[in-house]
Amino acid sequence: MSFLTVENLQAAYGPSQALFGVDLRVAEGEVTALLGRNGMGKTTTVKAICQMIRSSGTITLDGKNLQGLPSHKVARSGVGLVPEGRRCFMDLTVHENLIAAARPGEWDLRRVASLFPRLDERGNQRAASLSGGEQQMLAIGRALMTNPRLLVLDEATEGLAPIIRQEIWAAMRQLKQNTSVAILLIDKSLKELATVSDTATILARGRTVWSGAMSDLTSEVSEKHIGV
Amino acid sequence: MRVTERYINGVVLTGLLVLPIWALAMDEPFTITLATRAVVLALAAVGLNLALGLGGMVSLGHAAFFGLGGYTMGILAYHAQTYSTLNLGLFSTDGTTSMPLIWLSAMVISALVAFFIGMLSLRTTGVYFIMITLAFGQMFFYFAISWAQYGGEDGLSIYVRNGFPGLNTLVPIQFFGICFTLLCIVLFLFARLQASPFGLALNATRQTRSRVQAVGLNPTRIRLLAFVLSGAITGLAGALFADLNRFVSPTMFSWQLSGELIVLIVIGGVGRLMGPVIGACVFVALEHFLGALTDYWHVYLGVVLLCIVLFGRGGLIGLLTGKEGAHV
Repeated sequence: MSFLTVENLQAAYGPSQALFGVDLRVAEGEVTALLGRNGMGKTTTVKAICQMIRSSGTITLDGKNLQGLPSHKVARSGVGLVPEGRRCFMDLTVHENLIAAARPGEWDLRRVASLFPRLDERGNQRAASLSGGEQQMLAIGRALMTNPRLLVLDEATEGLAPIIRQEIWAAMRQLKQNTSVAILLIDKSLKELATVSDTATILARGRTVWSGAMSDLTSEVSEKHIGV
Repeated sequence: MRVTERYINGVVLTGLLVLPIWALAMDEPFTITLATRAVVLALAAVGLNLALGLGGMVSLGHAAFFGLGGYTMGILAYHAQTYSTLNLGLFSTDGTTSMPLIWLSAMVISALVAFFIGMLSLRTTGVYFIMITLAFGQMFFYFAISWAQYGGEDGLSIYVRNGFPGLNTLVPIQFFGICFTLLCIVLFLFARLQASPFGLALNATRQTRSRVQAVGLNPTRIRLLAFVLSGAITGLAGALFADLNRFVSPTMFSWQLSGELIVLIVIGGVGRLMGPVIGACVFVALEHFLGALTDYWHVYLGVVLLCIVLFGRGGLIGLLTGKEGAHV
């Protein structure tokens, strides 16, 4: 059964329409990859789900309509966002970043530390002084501290060193194995996405052009819509 | 040599406590009054520091809360001392000279007004927020000027200092003790709040509102609560200031006073626990020593402020600790 349902999602930035009808489903406890070339509407779809931009169409999470809610209420409904570009609270320390976002649930400082031991080592260090990879881990940890039911990661490994990317992907696999959190992943690495994702949805020019099981994604389809 | 902020905080607080005790021993009651003035101004600035330092809300209308606290004290004491009734429509009162009751009233009234001002002004940010808070401050200023019943432009004198159970508040050192204790309590609460999830969230809203929303927090609500707490503390300081001078006047509402409170924070260090206390001590010292030499002592204050802004953006604490930001 679908946990997140997006139907006929349309959104625009002023006069410029970005989404023309996106359909997307994420099942409970499943990892879904959102694919597409640059500028096809992946980040806009995430922003629309999180109510950071106005949109029309249906967005429901576990049957609850998210359309029209303020974005903090969407987050409280269980959507944990790891935004593009990390965007930590730079003046706060690692622990303070995590505590500021904390909501009751199974995810706490100890559990985040076990997922990302590096973060615990840098607990009293300001976010601004962390490396890009560590900031990304912090952004994921902060989203987990909200105890989400759906975790959305927008380009979580972009611009990171290969060794750090591997750590992030390992954490994703750990999350998939050990938790019931549904995950919506946006990333450019199809190879890595294929190892962790159950399903995939491909966007092209603001529309859903393909969706199905990751195992059904053929090289012809990916070549045609993603260019990989 | 760099010193830690904790060490500076301890030295400043101890110094502020020891100075009036020394003045008592030397029979220098005016020095005690000066120290009390510094403590009360520090308390007002700690209130503003909550909004400005932690929440990034540059309010140029905090004198409104300072004045409200002062006028709450003045009006309640005036009616108590003249045995006249204060009719508030729904109920009437004979006023009071009890400090705790006056403080409570000042804080509640200031908090309510802060809630109302915050509801309207926190929809905006930046220069618009500054202008709206300034406008509210000026509205209170001109209202006080036209309020003939309570002295209008001339202000209102209170002939006897209000009472505190078990203490003789007319004795300068005892009144200082009351003010210093309140400052310590508020500083303790400020420190606890700063490190609490609410304080961290407030700090995060100062940095970016959209990111705060993304983790499920309502930045407007967080900022409003901080603004209300800030107004209540500044209102309490206003009531003490009025009791210190036994006089209230529309100047307590003036935008210059709002500006001075910001200056105190900037001198000491924005967002730092003891920043306002250090700023208030420096301000009162300059006012006293330079004021004795020239009427234009504000020029020298301006030079001090300029140097701090140019060379030590973390305030005096930042200069001493070598850490520019309060959160570094």
